[in-house]
Amino acid sequence: MTTEEVSNLKVALVVDARGTACPGPLLAAKKAIGDIESDEIMEILSADEGTKHDIPRWCDKIGHEFLGFIDLDSYTRLFLKKA
Amino acid sequence: MSEEIEKQVVELEKQLKKLQKRQAKDQISIIAFSGDLDKMLAAMIIATGARAMDTEVKMFFTFWATAMLRDPKKSGKGKDFMSKMFGMMLPKGSSKLKLSKMNMCGMGTSMLKDLMKKKRVASIEEMLITAGELGVEINVCEMSMDLMGFKREEMIDYPNLKYVGVGSYLADADESRIQLFI
Repeated sequence: MTTEEVSNLKVALVVDARGTACPGPLLAAKKAIGDIESDEIMEILSADEGTKHDIPRWCDKIGHEFLGFIDLDSYTRLFLKKA
Repeated sequence: MSEEIEKQVVELEKQLKKLQKRQAKDQISIIAFSGDLDKMLAAMIIATGARAMDTEVKMFFTFWATAMLRDPKKSGKGKDFMSKMFGMMLPKGSSKLKLSKMNMCGMGTSMLKDLMKKKRVASIEEMLITAGELGVEINVCEMSMDLMGFKREEMIDYPNLKYVGVGSYLADADESRIQLFI
């Protein structure tokens, strides 16, 4: 997906994990994913550089679809679709 | 002919069942041994991270690492002289752990803790709580407890804390895909 497509997604839940370092954002994502339905989209905000690599791997393993990310100045917005 | 094939199928199924039983699970087994702050931090990050990845986690705390599971607010009764000495010299709980390098009489350790706060890295105490919530299984080496004179009543309140021997660790490790000694 392009950055524009990703930013136009209808997000069901935004998880702000900017207050934590590794493995905080991953733990936050794991905790929050139970709150949305299958096929819904979750957005994770993370200020931890590693998250950009970790979330796609996590999605791969669990079966969620990683849709992409948008890099901002001080944090990253990551998007995924729940399996 | 068909009887022969049937026999073979039964035999194959038997073998397959055996193999399936031998296959490693989506599980990690970690031996926490050193009791150094830096290394125990790594162990706890890996343990909690693994639970986020839906991997089962079995931790086996032995030797120096056992001391980090002591609760500073509790104390054990009926200790002999040696046990009391050990108890005094070893860190009483995770907040008393020291760095394996650059400790510099505690200066390095407190500098790292400040840095962790600034960079919003969870403390080892917070990570222990998270680990409990996420279902990280902690097993403590019974022999280390005995050797260092720690009593069960002075250990932290952790869900399903178990006291086991090396056999339990080996059984857990045998069915784990990842093994770490830290």
